[in-house]
Amino acid sequence: MAFSQDEVLAGLAEIVNDETGIATASVQLDKSFTDDLDIDSISMMTIVVNAEDKFGVKIPDEEVKNLITVGDAVSFIVSAQG
Amino acid sequence: MTQPVLNQYDVVKYSRIYSLGAARGDLTVTNDEIAGPIDSSDEWIRQRTGIITRKRASVDRSLMDMAVEASNEAIKKAGIDPAEIGAVIFSTITHPFQTPSAATLLAEKIGANPAPAYDVSAACAGYCYGIAQADALVRSGMAKYVLVVGGEKLSDFIEPTDRSISFLLGDGAGAAIVGPSDFPGISPTVWGSDGSHWDAVSMTGSLIDFRDGKTTWPTLKQEGQTVFRWAVWEMAKTAKKALEVAGVQAEDLTALVTHQANIRIIDELAKQLKLPESVVIARDIVTSGNTSAASIPLAMHALLESGEVKSGGLALQIGFGAGLAFGAQVVVLP
Repeated sequence: MAFSQDEVLAGLAEIVNDETGIATASVQLDKSFTDDLDIDSISMMTIVVNAEDKFGVKIPDEEVKNLITVGDAVSFIVSAQG
Repeated sequence: MTQPVLNQYDVVKYSRIYSLGAARGDLTVTNDEIAGPIDSSDEWIRQRTGIITRKRASVDRSLMDMAVEASNEAIKKAGIDPAEIGAVIFSTITHPFQTPSAATLLAEKIGANPAPAYDVSAACAGYCYGIAQADALVRSGMAKYVLVVGGEKLSDFIEPTDRSISFLLGDGAGAAIVGPSDFPGISPTVWGSDGSHWDAVSMTGSLIDFRDGKTTWPTLKQEGQTVFRWAVWEMAKTAKKALEVAGVQAEDLTALVTHQANIRIIDELAKQLKLPESVVIARDIVTSGNTSAASIPLAMHALLESGEVKSGGLALQIGFGAGLAFGAQVVVLP
């Protein structure tokens, strides 16, 4: 079953919260992972791997650098669900 | 005429690590000393890597000096005559000569001449590769005792402005004597490689390109995110497999001694393995830095010397790095 955009955002916010302690309400589509949420590259990779598990998608290493905002990640995950 | 029957080696049932030896760089390098060229700070480096200081060797302290010191300690603690050493395996990526090997000179310097001696190039997996081979050599009957050294002078191959790996690196050598045993002391090894990520940890150029003026002095570099993902989630699978083939559970371990790559890798890997709190996790990286092939024996030696773990307990050791190459085994602490 495919996850909707809202479901992916909510799930991603939980993952970010688990890894960094950032409040789920702060994880919004327009927020930059590095500039707004202050997430470093290692935490980002942990979030990516946990998102792969949660949503059943593959996020290749070379794609991770393109995920600048939370919205980028949500869009990628939604479309990668096939 | 009847063909004679060949002699073959008489196999030995078990092997174990008899002893360890350790030698580190003579200089203690703080984060403040190296933060400038990478536009960083002590806090940033601690947060990203766990490193507070790293040990580096001065110009007068060579890779061979550290290897000899570590080897002599291991030989003395094992209580063996170096002439009984049947093979010398030196895992290193920083021996500054294409040939001859570092191992033959080491064998000469410690009194193991004419033992067969050779280098292993498996980077941060090198010590576990060495222990795997030593275990096989001892149990096959090819050697009574094997000296395994993981040693690096990585500071010869770093670039102060590199933000990917140079600031992590330290110098040192760890040595182990492996020999025959009355009980199983080294589990089967889970090891392998993945050359599809050959560039994930590598050099900035080749020596030929350096000779031809096409590159600066080749130094180490890495793709941090790729390595982090592989080192945690792929190596967690390798570590679990190593426990399985050893026939032990996570709760049977006294210690987890991973390659000391980065505290975040160590902690996340430990989390993935769901280790009980009773398992001591080696974090020698905090004061030694990442010493590649030397890091596992140095970290295990430090745990034993401090009394945090006792001889006879079980330790899962797992090395992983450039290649990509990896190796893991459960050993009885010497």
